[in-house]
Amino acid sequence: MFETLLSPLRKLGHWVIEAIWRLGVISRFFVAILMNSGQSLLRFHLVIREMYFSGVLSLIIIVVSGLFVGMVLGLQGYTTLVRFGSADALGALVALSLLRELGPVLAALLFASRAGSAMTAEIGLMKATEQLDAMSVMAVNPIARVVAPRFWAGVLSMPILAALFNVMGIIGGYAVGVLMIGLDSGSYWSQMQANVDLHVDVVNGLIKSLFFGMAVTLIAVYEGFDATPTAAGVSAATTRTVVTSALVILALDFVLTAFMF
Amino acid sequence: MPNNSGSFCPIFLVIENSVSTDSFIEFRNVSFAYGERSILKNINLSIPYGRFVAIMGGSGSGKTTLLRLISGQVHPQQGEVIVGGRHVEKMSTRELFEHRRRMGMLFQFGALFTDLSVFDNVAFPIREHTHLPDSMVHDLVLMKLAAVGLRGTEHLMPAELSGGMSRRIALARAIALDPALMLYDEPFTGLDPISLGAIAHLIKKLSDALGTTSVMVTHDVQHSLNIVDYVYFVANGEIVAEGTPDEVRASSSPWVHQFVYGEADGPVHLAYPATTSLADDLGLGGAHV
Repeated sequence: MFETLLSPLRKLGHWVIEAIWRLGVISRFFVAILMNSGQSLLRFHLVIREMYFSGVLSLIIIVVSGLFVGMVLGLQGYTTLVRFGSADALGALVALSLLRELGPVLAALLFASRAGSAMTAEIGLMKATEQLDAMSVMAVNPIARVVAPRFWAGVLSMPILAALFNVMGIIGGYAVGVLMIGLDSGSYWSQMQANVDLHVDVVNGLIKSLFFGMAVTLIAVYEGFDATPTAAGVSAATTRTVVTSALVILALDFVLTAFMF
Repeated sequence: MPNNSGSFCPIFLVIENSVSTDSFIEFRNVSFAYGERSILKNINLSIPYGRFVAIMGGSGSGKTTLLRLISGQVHPQQGEVIVGGRHVEKMSTRELFEHRRRMGMLFQFGALFTDLSVFDNVAFPIREHTHLPDSMVHDLVLMKLAAVGLRGTEHLMPAELSGGMSRRIALARAIALDPALMLYDEPFTGLDPISLGAIAHLIKKLSDALGTTSVMVTHDVQHSLNIVDYVYFVANGEIVAEGTPDEVRASSSPWVHQFVYGEADGPVHLAYPATTSLADDLGLGGAHV
């Protein structure tokens, strides 16, 4: 009886210790990336190359999603605003929703699914096929050569992708609000200009996406580097990247929003 | 192992942790375990400068772990691993990287970088560790590719290569910086007889030409005995036999006999040591099987 009561408690304790231990390992990994970043930043072509894979190749999904999210915001925003006779404020609503929340968060979620999972799979497979070992035996630090360039590429790509997502969303809102529904084009842009603050809305949104970029890329490279070097292990690591990134993005968004706005 | 080569003695930096030894590689009472699982038990072996040594044994006998101990990828729980007069287990990260720069390793399946072309794979260690101009890197890479008989493949990607070609490209990459020590991890695995013979011949030729000290972990008895100077047999984490190829061929040791002739019965047991009997597992009771 006593043992039955203790068992879940023991499992909970084990889970908590495991989570804290894992957090410690990720923190050490993060410090190792920072300490080995000098070499990557000096050989910036490595970062540029990774920016192509994680940033440029994510453009399609970001641009198309941004456009549709903006269009949905335009439709939903109009049907709500028109009840209060404030349809002219659609531009401000679309822009603020995107710049403050939807742009950084959705772009980060899409980035995690598209680029984060690819990073984890690539590094995991490099581990499974002994490429990381080969590098290490050649006296080349895999964290400096493989991990750090990908990390910085992700961190630098994320705000640019989020900004593009915002731009496409605003265009999507314009297409629905002005071109489809027939709102005044001047009102759409002037309301946006009057209500959007460069520092509070635009810059804070980009700072958010910078944090999301750091979190997503750190999780992606860590999961790849820590993956069990088997097909199942790489598959599990890729899934963990997407799930953990999504949860961390949403939790981090709450914390950052509480501090920023 | 007796040192009768004396022809080549690579210069290794002797700074700290240095010890006086006649051998290039020496294991002194080395024990190693992954967690609770013991892999190597009290291993003693020595490999003189410029010699080519094979380490043979069944799967899971601890052969690859010996290579990982030499390269400093893992450290022993007990004992000393001395390479070039220095304790590998006491090296700092910087010293370990210095140690590895003088070493080449051929992995079981080549471990070529799949996102780099053949040229960039071979050029990788040269670019990482030297500041040579591009024209010189180009010439060096072509020379290394010519040495393994694959000049003309420099524009190909690893996915476009056969298994034998991958192994030879990996060999060209491993010798790119003319290492003093070469480690081969199962270089013959999964190759057709022609590729296998070609790789064995190439390894021997390059080893002689470069004068490197070489350690090869392998299952392949016949090809290995033709190219190496000395053989250690590892079983159950211990060295159970050793000798020159001729001594191995003439050996009456049951370990050697079982391995050389590929016999199922012998001192090496293939079955996993189950704690319960098959009859018990099947719920039949009775005597242990």
